[in-house]
Amino acid sequence: MFKNIFNAEMAAEAWDVIISQFPLAFWETLYVTLLASLFAFLLGLPLGVLLAVGGKKGILPLPAWLMKLLNGVVNLLRSVPFLILMIMVIPLTRLLIGTSVGTFASIVPLVIAAFPFVARLAESSFREVDPNTLEMAQSMGASPMQIIAKVLIPESIPSLISNGTIAVTTILGYSAMSGIIGGGGLGKIAINYGYYRYRYLVMLCAVLLLILLVQLFQSLGTRLAARADKRLKR
Amino acid sequence: MIEIRHLSKTFLSPEGETKALRDVSLSIQTGDIFGIIGMSGAGKSTLVRCINRLEKPSEGQVLMDGVDLARLSQEELRKKRREITMIFQGFNLLMQRSCLKNVCFPLELTGESSAAARQRSLELLDLVGLADKAQSFPAQLSGGQQQRVAIARALATEPKVLLCDEATSALDPLTTHSILSLIRDINEKLGITVIIITHQMSVVESICRHVAILDQGRVAEQGDVSEIFARPASAAARRLVFPEGEAESSVIATDDRHFIRVVFHGAKATATPLIAQMALEKGIMANIAYASTRSLADKMFGSMLLSFPEQDQARRAMAYMTQIPDVIAEEVNRHV
Ligand SMILES: Nc1ncnc2c1ncn2[C@@H]1O[C@H](COP(=O)(O)OP(=O)(O)O)[C@@H](O)[C@H]1O
Ligand SMILES: [Mg+2]
Repeated sequence: MFKNIFNAEMAAEAWDVIISQFPLAFWETLYVTLLASLFAFLLGLPLGVLLAVGGKKGILPLPAWLMKLLNGVVNLLRSVPFLILMIMVIPLTRLLIGTSVGTFASIVPLVIAAFPFVARLAESSFREVDPNTLEMAQSMGASPMQIIAKVLIPESIPSLISNGTIAVTTILGYSAMSGIIGGGGLGKIAINYGYYRYRYLVMLCAVLLLILLVQLFQSLGTRLAARADKRLKR
Repeated sequence: MIEIRHLSKTFLSPEGETKALRDVSLSIQTGDIFGIIGMSGAGKSTLVRCINRLEKPSEGQVLMDGVDLARLSQEELRKKRREITMIFQGFNLLMQRSCLKNVCFPLELTGESSAAARQRSLELLDLVGLADKAQSFPAQLSGGQQQRVAIARALATEPKVLLCDEATSALDPLTTHSILSLIRDINEKLGITVIIITHQMSVVESICRHVAILDQGRVAEQGDVSEIFARPASAAARRLVFPEGEAESSVIATDDRHFIRVVFHGAKATATPLIAQMALEKGIMANIAYASTRSLADKMFGSMLLSFPEQDQARRAMAYMTQIPDVIAEEVNRHV
């Protein structure tokens, strides 16, 4: 199927597409990923805190039914495949932004899919904080809110950055998928040219760019996490 | 003064119940350095956690200067905890904060202005000898230095009581010594009541004035450190004071001579001249059946079991030993 990728005609056509469409697509992918990540973090981080502290022996014990509910919702959303979730949230997308198609609209399913994932990642980051450290804060008279704000979150920053990077790169992957339901970006180009019109070279270039973006986010995240971590001796 | 009255704590778990504390009563005077010693699992940590109410006792009370901690509201309890601060075996510093910020932490909790908190924290770091490490992070410090930062932090809220749960157990002997000296200094300079939890007799020996021995959740014995060192009455105390004590009782059980136990607690003498001197001056020939002694500086600690063929000799030896300062002698009955 890749027989004709490298003939001159194909290459010229691909180059045209790259010049005319890639800059916008790249920008769309970038802002969709970043905006969706932002909203996913805004919802997911507080939920992650609740999941981490709300247990029976946690620092802020919450009613058992509430914890069951939160865990249930997170597990439920995490178990629906993204492709199906995108279709299921169409009514919600319409309600929120008036339309269910387009690049901007694709942010809604992305957030819905990503925030439970972010919540679980954040929960695991918070659980890495030494329980003895939390007990120290309690013994100094810290209130649950103070422990969350001054101990739990600051102490898990490096881990949150690492896990946040995983979340962003996953959201980037999902955003490419959203080309199927009318979202824009590199994913849409890859699907349109590669799947519907057999322009494999264009598809390859789009994928290459996605790979580059993932690499970029990942190395940025790794570096930031290392820089933030004061446990490393320097 | 801290009064612990009939304190019991039972943990319920799926595997059954654990009686971590059973009817513990203690009173700790203001300004004292009070040791609580016991084997691992004796309930020491549970006891300190009941003192600052990180753990809710099953029964009994803890009174701080007459105030029952159980009667305080959550908010009042948090305020009270600033008066009863704690240092830990694992230091429990905030690893993402500088040393200075670690010391500031309890002050931030009280809502103190950051300039005042910073000023006070710098003074405290100076007090523990780490003024030059203010901007370092805990991971860059040695264990002993980390514990010093933890001590500075514990002092930030001007507490009345300092709880030390195995605070030196993770440190080498030299560092242990310097941390204990620091704690003694603080006790003397600031008049803070110190409660030392440990499983090491050497820690109690070097710093505490009073001690309670905790054994399987019960107070086996309590009193002056020197008293308990000299005359450990309970089996638990003897196990801690003379870890080789098992051997002692087997010696006595298999012998029908007369025994006296001589206990040294800081006598300015070495053992052999004392026995030799007794032989020369009084003509009493003692046989050393068993000895567990050690010298610290030029002082003797430990105990020795002397045996004599005749009861009369044993009596005279006792009289001789008793008149030597810092030596206590007692007759030992068989099968104790
Ligand atoms: N939270 C808990 N739940 C159940 N059992 C506990 C708990 N904390 C302590 N224990 C039990 O109580 C006993 C005393 O523990 P602890 O106070 O930690 O002893 P120590 O500090 O003297 O080593 C142990 O048998 C321990 O297993
Ligand atoms: Mg303990």
